[in-house]
Amino acid sequence: MERDFDITLTVNGVRVQRRVEARQHLVDFLREDLGLTGAHAGCEQGVCGACTVRVDGEIVRGCLMLAVQANGRRVDTIEGLSDSGELAALQKAFHERNALQCGFCTPGMLLAAQELVRAGRKRTREEIRAHLSGNYCRCTGYHAIVDAIEQVLNGQG
Amino acid sequence: MKAPLFAYARPQALAEALELLERHGEAARVLAGGQSLIPSLNMRLSAPELLVDIGGLEELARIEVGEGALRVGALVTHARLERSPEVARLVPLLARAVPYVAHAAIRNRGTLGGSLALADPAAEYPACVLALEAVLLVAGRKGTRRVKAEDFFKGLFETDLRPGELLTGVEFPVAAKGERCAFEELARRQGDYAIAGLAARRAATLRLVFFGVGATPVLARHAATQKTLREASEALARDLDPAADLYHSAATKLHLARVLLERAWNAISTSH
Repeated sequence: MERDFDITLTVNGVRVQRRVEARQHLVDFLREDLGLTGAHAGCEQGVCGACTVRVDGEIVRGCLMLAVQANGRRVDTIEGLSDSGELAALQKAFHERNALQCGFCTPGMLLAAQELVRAGRKRTREEIRAHLSGNYCRCTGYHAIVDAIEQVLNGQG
Repeated sequence: MKAPLFAYARPQALAEALELLERHGEAARVLAGGQSLIPSLNMRLSAPELLVDIGGLEELARIEVGEGALRVGALVTHARLERSPEVARLVPLLARAVPYVAHAAIRNRGTLGGSLALADPAAEYPACVLALEAVLLVAGRKGTRRVKAEDFFKGLFETDLRPGELLTGVEFPVAAKGERCAFEELARRQGDYAIAGLAARRAATLRLVFFGVGATPVLARHAATQKTLREASEALARDLDPAADLYHSAATKLHLARVLLERAWNAISTSH
């Protein structure tokens, strides 16, 4: 049985073709094969959320999907979504509210938070916290992150 | 950590998947959403020779309304269950349970069938199918078996699935008029596995199914037949014999199960 596969996918709008081992997960593929180091490999067991990327428009854990499973799919990472300007409002609010310190969790936080922005309605702080429950931050204690997201969602600040 | 080496196949038809599973037996593992299997591979708790990725089997990704039943394919994700108007209307207990399952990014990948086939004792769906008296559809090379939920869960992470078989979907009976349900769960953090949980449904009789308090979901037969909450709470000690976990003693678990019983009992008894 095969252990190596040729895959073709679209990453941040660019079509890429590579040969991958079946066992390689998506975030390692993005980081090591494509040099896109914005999504971070943290716990590699789906707990921390630092590896969050988008596949076909939905956020997923980059460590809980195999690169071979992304064959034929569209993948968007923090690099592409940052360059496109989609995350600009959140990034500005994170900066203003001091919503990061070491920054390791920030790409995942931004991608998770952007789901709420895209849904386009106001949220309570509790709802924001519930939505971010799968993303760990070990620096901020979360308050500033919730402040920043609240500012963008609810226009407060 | 990184996963060990394994081979991978992505069959495009159910027959092909079943043929692979039969040929490789216990050396093969089914990959559905991968939200529990891939962490166990990354941590090297599991080392299959072959992953059979069923993600390409579109016939397992459907939600179909049938005669008196809602048929949900094994590959339907938590996120799709949550958004489905059919699930909300026809199987309200399941709709109430879904928000407790995992975190946003995991909900986009994890599947109904994957959760049931894994049979984590603290997971939501096993308790739901037992409370709902659902039927699990199990395909093999010789045909499909229909397995009642109460015959499916055999032990800790152990089900009635045999090597070479694949869980393809679940048939949920449509809620009858006047049927009431409640879903309650306590967890340390939103989306985590339950410390204790309860799927409750009152149709012709009351069914109380606790999870996180035993090796499998537990149908509380004694508590369910009592007339008052006080008697039911008392009787619960005969139904449950929870083991302590890292953070909670057996006595705490039983106490929490009683808290959930009270909430569900009151919710089901109150008329709207």
